[in-house]
Amino acid sequence: MSAPASRRRPIAALEWLGERSTHAFEEIGRFFTMLYLTLYWAVRPPFDLRQWVRQMVRVGVDSIPVVGLTAMFTGMVMALQTYRGFERFHAESFVASVVSLSLTRELAPVLAALMIAGRIGSSLAAELGTMRVTEQIDALQAMAVEPVQYLVVPRVAATTLMLPPLVALADGIGIAGGFGVAVGLMDANPVVYWEKTFQFLDLNDVFSGLIKAAVFGLILSVTGCSKGFHTTGGAEGVGRSTTAAVVMASLVILLSDFFLTKILF
Amino acid sequence: MMESPTTPVRTPTAEMRPKIAVINLWKSFQGKEVLRGINLDIHPGESLVIVGGSGAGKSVFLKHLIGLIQPDRGHVIVDGEDLACADTGVCLAIRRKFGMSFQEGALFDSMNVFDNIAFPLRRHTRMSPGDVAARVRECLALVHLDGVEHKWVNELSGGMRRRVGFARAIALAPEILLFDEPNTGLDPITAAAIDRVIVEMRDNLPVTMVTITHDMKSAQRIADRIAMLRAGQILAVAPPDEFVRLSDRYIQSFLAGEPYPDNHEEVA
Ligand SMILES: Nc1ncnc2c1ncn2[C@@H]1O[C@H](COP(=O)(O)OP(=O)(O)OP(=O)(O)O)[C@@H](O)[C@H]1O
Ligand SMILES: [Mg+2]
Repeated sequence: MSAPASRRRPIAALEWLGERSTHAFEEIGRFFTMLYLTLYWAVRPPFDLRQWVRQMVRVGVDSIPVVGLTAMFTGMVMALQTYRGFERFHAESFVASVVSLSLTRELAPVLAALMIAGRIGSSLAAELGTMRVTEQIDALQAMAVEPVQYLVVPRVAATTLMLPPLVALADGIGIAGGFGVAVGLMDANPVVYWEKTFQFLDLNDVFSGLIKAAVFGLILSVTGCSKGFHTTGGAEGVGRSTTAAVVMASLVILLSDFFLTKILF
Repeated sequence: MMESPTTPVRTPTAEMRPKIAVINLWKSFQGKEVLRGINLDIHPGESLVIVGGSGAGKSVFLKHLIGLIQPDRGHVIVDGEDLACADTGVCLAIRRKFGMSFQEGALFDSMNVFDNIAFPLRRHTRMSPGDVAARVRECLALVHLDGVEHKWVNELSGGMRRRVGFARAIALAPEILLFDEPNTGLDPITAAAIDRVIVEMRDNLPVTMVTITHDMKSAQRIADRIAMLRAGQILAVAPPDEFVRLSDRYIQSFLAGEPYPDNHEEVA
């Protein structure tokens, strides 16, 4: 709706609003349809273990560098910032606790999920989108293979299963990064810092972070697959799907993060 | 055989039940009507050729036959079962009767040629790896492609892709074969080879085939009946020798390769 005549602006605005909300509802519908179909086909034979393993390597192993780097620098900057802040009221000894708590409960799951949304969510959308516009998905159906089962289930399963271990790794690397900065740059006592790291840290903090991670993995992979699946319009359409997948997955991750935090604690 | 209550009107009568019955099929995309009430019976064991102008809706029609596109109105009934009513499990079972080759090949570009053709064999049979390999080579030889097993899809020419797609479609020797322009863009000798494969299957196997082509010579060779699709409707269906004698002006222009006065109607 471009530049409506000023007389008709209210109507055009309503039209625009209507279009946008229809579009939004359509997206939500597609997401949950894809989620339902994925669960439906996940429990039915044949089970393609080779595909599962291949996708798990692609999501899990190949994402270690990017997730590790993200976690390390987040831990380092956390230590730096809290140290500067807590110094003002002589609470430096709590830096370790703050770093470990915020990493395990919040930062590691969310930042890892956002990085994976960029890495995997987009590539899922591009891959399935290309298969859609080149009729490879039609070809699968024509060969009596259910595309959701063959393509989507292994990818969603792999992402959902691999995110928790990745986040556990991120927890560790992030805490180590914080330790390095605090001890190396801020002259914190290593023994005290180490003790404080775990003093207030509950196993539940870690677990809630890992549960979040699994949910984020599910969200971002289903979003990517659903975007790819509903691609239309050639190479340009694939580009659109890819961008939309990352944007949508990131938004939904941040949104659901709030509610998950509310539920899980 | 039990007739389920959902099976619509067409039940076997005195004559042979059609392998595929298409009843009053309508389809439009974004308000543009592509199929406008198609009725057609495809008999068991026949080779039907569909001809028609570019953009007439041939590919769309073919995809309806296997349920890749759902009609807005009308039915496609395969062996007495309505594709639209069939639930997912039944639908997969019906599709297993089909093999289809696509206009652009639609090969899996994450696999090499061998794995593409082996895919339906591995998925739907318990053939040993040796048997699979033998069958793949046999199918490739039929379409005059030897020694490309280990090439990747993006290393193939357009015509090679189409032939690999053809080989993949026939690999399982299904009951019904759908070919979307299998020999377009091939040199005359290779195109004739594809025609020969189709003719041999028609003569020796109980297979039902629907082939789209632009090439009237090839249509004459492979068809038991030729159907002309125009403006979303079946303009005529007839055996090849009758078809060429039809007096319809559009068909005569089509056969003679002459421009037709108001052809733009289809392109619009
Ligand atoms: N998925 C789609 N969305 C929108 N329009 C479509 C779609 N598929 C086909 N069409 C339209 O339907 C019409 C018929 O297309 P179709 O591919 O069936 O033509 P065709 O007869 O196979 O032509 P050709 O001989 O060139 O392959 C075209 O006008 C095309 O634009
Ligand atoms: Mg076509």
